Amino acid sequence: MAERSVSLAIMGSGGAGALTAGSLLLEAACAAGWQGLLARTVGPQIRGGEAAALLRLGTQSIECLPDQFDLVIGIDWLNAQRFGNEIQAGPQTLVIGDPRGGEMPPAIAAAGARRFEIPFKNMAKTIPDGRGNMIALGVAARLLGLKLELLSAVIEKRLSDKGQAALAASQACLSAGFDAAAGLDFDLRLPSPKREPTRRWLVSGNEAAALGAIRGGVRFAAAYPITPATEILEWLAPSLVKMGGVLLQAEDELAAINMIIGASFGGTPALTATSGPGLSLMMEALGLATAAEIPIVVIDVMRAGPSTGIPTKSEQADLNIAVYGVHGDAPHLVLAPQSISDCLFTTQWATYLAETLQSPAIVLSDQFIGQARAAIERPADIAFIGQRLKATEISSTYRRYARAANGISAMAIPGTRGGQYTADGLTHTERGTPTSGEADHGAQLDKRREKLEQFNFGDHWAVCEGAGDLAVLTWGSLTGTVREAIGEAAQDGLEASLLAPRLLSPVQPQQFAAALNGKKRVLIVEQSHGSQFYRYLRAYYDLPGEVHILNRPGPLPIRVSEVHRAMTQWS
Amino acid sequence: MSSVDAGLACKPADYKSDIKPIWCPGCGDYHVLMSFTRAFAELGLPPEEIVVVSGIGCSSRIPAYTNCYGFHGVHGRSLALAAGLKVTRPELTVVVASGDGDGYSIGGNHFLHACRRNIDMTYVVMDNRVYGMTKGQPSPTTEPDFDTALSPGGTGLRPFHPLVIALASGANFIARCFSGEPNETASILVEAIQHPGFSFVEILSPCVTFRPDEKEWKNLVHPAPVAATSDPGKAARRIMTDDGFNIGVLYRGDRKPYAPAIGSASVELTELEKDFEL
Repeated sequence: MAERSVSLAIMGSGGAGALTAGSLLLEAACAAGWQGLLARTVGPQIRGGEAAALLRLGTQSIECLPDQFDLVIGIDWLNAQRFGNEIQAGPQTLVIGDPRGGEMPPAIAAAGARRFEIPFKNMAKTIPDGRGNMIALGVAARLLGLKLELLSAVIEKRLSDKGQAALAASQACLSAGFDAAAGLDFDLRLPSPKREPTRRWLVSGNEAAALGAIRGGVRFAAAYPITPATEILEWLAPSLVKMGGVLLQAEDELAAINMIIGASFGGTPALTATSGPGLSLMMEALGLATAAEIPIVVIDVMRAGPSTGIPTKSEQADLNIAVYGVHGDAPHLVLAPQSISDCLFTTQWATYLAETLQSPAIVLSDQFIGQARAAIERPADIAFIGQRLKATEISSTYRRYARAANGISAMAIPGTRGGQYTADGLTHTERGTPTSGEADHGAQLDKRREKLEQFNFGDHWAVCEGAGDLAVLTWGSLTGTVREAIGEAAQDGLEASLLAPRLLSPVQPQQFAAALNGKKRVLIVEQSHGSQFYRYLRAYYDLPGEVHILNRPGPLPIRVSEVHRAMTQWS
Repeated sequence: MSSVDAGLACKPADYKSDIKPIWCPGCGDYHVLMSFTRAFAELGLPPEEIVVVSGIGCSSRIPAYTNCYGFHGVHGRSLALAAGLKVTRPELTVVVASGDGDGYSIGGNHFLHACRRNIDMTYVVMDNRVYGMTKGQPSPTTEPDFDTALSPGGTGLRPFHPLVIALASGANFIARCFSGEPNETASILVEAIQHPGFSFVEILSPCVTFRPDEKEWKNLVHPAPVAATSDPGKAARRIMTDDGFNIGVLYRGDRKPYAPAIGSASVELTELEKDFEL
């Protein structure tokens, strides 16, 4: 971000409406032409926990959170200490709280920030059905220099279904907050947007992934609810019906993945979405889809693990299970989107690859990009629409798993006369007949490996940009953070390149070596305690020169300044 | 046998593959396979429009022995796989084959929800009251005193009652067959396949290797003394109190099958994008 951005955190106890205020503010700013990102961080409780909307607004594309927030608004401070160091303030931060809103969390109180008090609760009481979050929204809008009418229009659009009384109360609170901040100048006003408002989208990574799946041809989904993946399934449920498809709610994740295998066996591109615990349950069936060569797509919106972990917070620690979790030798596709917008592309590409290569594809998204929302340009339509090689003209010598030069054999779809075969997890012959023989076992293992190894994945396999003898390697949602750190370092005269593989399996050794050719130092950045990405790179690739690792588990995000520091402190 | 087959336009042999079963000589499942092919012939269905789906175990080997499309999946999950197939390809005839271990133990939860979901498919469980493929361990339908290496002296556990569970969970058609009566079994399978919704057929199918005592079943089975009922209350009482060897259709329900509309899109894809426009 060469241009200045303004960031703010609106927090409150669960149910106080911090997330609503944040999303209304984001929508108003983006509708007026700014760029924006809204991440959410919440506790595990549905009501009575802690919730914060983390916003960053500016004039250029925004893909990560700031190191410190310029403005922190506590509708109340109840339970806010549970955020620990997630929400960082500094001496330049303006903290606005309600004097009757409880005790300010220590991490923020210790920052030496500028403070201002607004009695959200008491002000809300003077307005029938008034709520503190709408007052906070008015305050934030005024401080950022957003026009009242912008907010008012968004409230009208989003809250009209709550009834006239609630709508009027919200508008009154908004105005009251806007007035309360009159005359305050804390230098938080946004620079004017450089662009005219154009046709853009306001979308979360989860929604983008779901749309990408449909663009790629998915017409069946099976669903078992799990945080933070559920929004994918909830968006797909009505959307698939409109597209002539259907979503089934399964009794568990074991059923969900087997349902999509069944649908795909019947010829319908199919998907499920889950998070770590669900992915663990799906492993056996992922092996089945690999062995029987059934295309399926599984989106894993990663959260902190192991076990139940921290369901609402992000981590990049499912890399190992995604790549290595299936028993036996089971090559399959693993991909990772790098931004909200890329959730669409990568999921569509994953669907295309799964169909083309008759293989399961795991898409490793995470809670941060999955549940964050941003204004993006409408992603262009791309040609990646699933084209499965189907057996249509069946001869008497048809063999479902025949060896071919590219490893891909024609799949007979039920209903096709003469193509009958039994798909099987047992080791099988080219016809699909179960066997225990070494020759068939080896031949089919070769076939399944070759079809992935021989395929030309093109330039999409990774994002590879910049120059210099320092390469920063990362993956998934950290790509935006690293890109910004490299941009900052460039301003200090340090040139570095970014390499972020979008395709994690199968590995691309030649392209990787070319991308790192001539590098003398490599910095690896990842959000896992066990440095899983580093170990994965070590297993498959040669890392040139001196290697440093910046890794940390969730829920604390890895910040731009940390990456920047790691790039410069090279001893 | 031949007199039954002679009048059919399609022959049972048309539905049989050339793969030799791995079953032990004398296994009840051979007769079940015979009943399958006979039922398919009687229905006159093109073999490519039938899919036989199964899990893991001796009985689950049956798909490859037919000349239909088949799916021999993972242990216990055949009903889920079949559900995904049937809702997306409603014109296909879907028959799911399972055993008492695959269907009632590891797959027990899916059994409940498949009955409840009531998708139009037929679920055949070949019950021999033992895990055969792993050599003789007790299953959920095994008697409490059945002595095995894994359960010395027996499990001491009461076997559970799949037909009552099916009824309580919402199955729309419930029958019990005996593998040793392939003609009768074929007739019941025909009816089960034709009956709308989820049809559950228990086939008592002896394991001659690990349960030689089950050879006696042929002397114990008898036709159900009363006609099938459509009253779930009556059906529950009958099934709960019968001797476990009543053969025939026991319950015919009239619940509407779950069959979501599938077909062409009602909107352009770009219409969905409107959700996101600023």
